[in-house]
Amino acid sequence: MVPISYYIILSAVLFGLGVIGFVFKRNIITIFMSIELMLNAVNLAFVAFSREFNQLDGLVFVFFVIVVAAAEAAVGLAIVMVIARNRKSLNVEDVNLLKF
Amino acid sequence: MFPPVQDLYRLAPEIVLCVFGMLIMLIDPFVAEGRKRSMGWLGLAGTVVALISLRWAWQNAGMSYSGLLRFDMFSLFVHCIVIGVAALGILGSFDYLDHENIQRGEFYALILFATAGMGILAGANELVTAFVGLEMSSISTYILAGFRRNALKSNEASLKYFLLGSFATAFFLYGVALTYGATRSTRFDVVSQAIAAHGAGTLLILGLGLIFIGLAFKVVAAPFQIYGPDVYEGAPTPVTAILACGPKAAAFAVMLRIFYSAFGSTSHIWFWAIWVSAVLSMCIGNFAAIVQSNVKRMLAYSSIAHAGYILVAFVAATELGSAAVLFYLAGYATMTLGAFLIVAHVGGAGERRLDISDYAGLGTKQPWVAACFSLFLFSLLGLPATAGFLGKFYAFSAALDSRVVWLVIIAGLNSVVGAYYYLKVVVAMYFWEPTKEFSPAPVQMPMFTVLLLTALGTLYLGILPNRVMEWALASARSLR
Repeated sequence: MVPISYYIILSAVLFGLGVIGFVFKRNIITIFMSIELMLNAVNLAFVAFSREFNQLDGLVFVFFVIVVAAAEAAVGLAIVMVIARNRKSLNVEDVNLLKF
Repeated sequence: MFPPVQDLYRLAPEIVLCVFGMLIMLIDPFVAEGRKRSMGWLGLAGTVVALISLRWAWQNAGMSYSGLLRFDMFSLFVHCIVIGVAALGILGSFDYLDHENIQRGEFYALILFATAGMGILAGANELVTAFVGLEMSSISTYILAGFRRNALKSNEASLKYFLLGSFATAFFLYGVALTYGATRSTRFDVVSQAIAAHGAGTLLILGLGLIFIGLAFKVVAAPFQIYGPDVYEGAPTPVTAILACGPKAAAFAVMLRIFYSAFGSTSHIWFWAIWVSAVLSMCIGNFAAIVQSNVKRMLAYSSIAHAGYILVAFVAATELGSAAVLFYLAGYATMTLGAFLIVAHVGGAGERRLDISDYAGLGTKQPWVAACFSLFLFSLLGLPATAGFLGKFYAFSAALDSRVVWLVIIAGLNSVVGAYYYLKVVVAMYFWEPTKEFSPAPVQMPMFTVLLLTALGTLYLGILPNRVMEWALASARSLR
């Protein structure tokens, strides 16, 4: 059987990739996908722990995360649509009206 | 298995808010274009019924849904703040939505849904429930921040809030997963027992750190404050008023529950993280506010500084500390709500009058508005006989009680720095010659009511704080 640490390391790597994508990517949709990657890394951790402890709790949490991520995607894509319509661009560097 | 009926009573405020929110969404399409304000009154009725239903919940106080939620004195206190903020926010946005031509039912429904989420946050006794509450309030407010759909600044605020808010949520959630991995549970009481039994391992401390990052984003505390001023400036001003009070209070409430009850025995570990965050928030907030000429943005930075003052009370890690946090949140909500709504009023159509020079001569143009604004600014600055003074007084004395002397010294110096930019606006209102020929629209009845209530609240908390402070202390005791 694969030890739990493998799963947790994998989830940490996925989460890290999500963070890197969020910080360095310039396209709004790609940034958005990086956030989804982070959430799914969390799901993997929940499932792995749940299996390790032989509990159902972790699996239930995953459903909560999926539902919330779906709601977030619905709202997020609507916001991105408005931005795209008003600015004709999906590059975050063009979104720069508000500055120090 | 159907939950016992007491559980429904304990959740009554959230149920009422959601039912009214859905009712608005259902009725809204059948209301004629010019009569949408009636949806606002329906929303206001929703908040009033929710406030009344708190009584019901309080009579059945206790754990509900097998320990996921908890209705106690603490929950009651925070519910009163967030529902009160929603009610006054709704009342204060009527005229704004009219002159921006965005008078729509969804606006009020979203405020109610967000408030329900904040209520869940206030009562959460479990980390995933806290996550659901956090997202309920966040997702609704992402939309509210972008409610002026055709204004580029509002779009931008919405996008930044959405991206950074979701990013923060992911951190919070990863922290929850690691806590679950370390303690086999996400319920606050079980987590605290597990820490008492096995001590805090690396996994748990990592989880706590990630949870802290997520919540620091939500309360707009440094070093996670970057998006705050942009969102507060770009969002429609009444929304900014709500954002600065409601979600912040709810996030601080859940932070108190997590850090004081679940991770209470590890306070020596999180002490320094919060200490540093408090210092950074105060310094960045105050020094950045000095150079602003846009009053809305200046208040946004001041809100970061105030998050810092609240963290000073938080560091104390005692009952007095959590009571001081609660009192500060109540006082902060009254004065900030009033201040931002005056900015909305003076800003006028299209939010064109946000610069400090637009406030020149307000003292003669609209003396009562100027007087209220001065009161709120004095309170934010912390002059005696206002809510802000006693908030700071309780916060600093709680910190001194726990021997956190240096932090209090830094906080005191910061309050002095704050005096500069708050007083600058007061001076502008009364002593500057008006350069631009314009006078703000007359104050309508709803706005008048809100300003009256917030001004009276600020004075009440500043002059007769005993009842509220005793209530806050009782709430703090119920946290254990």
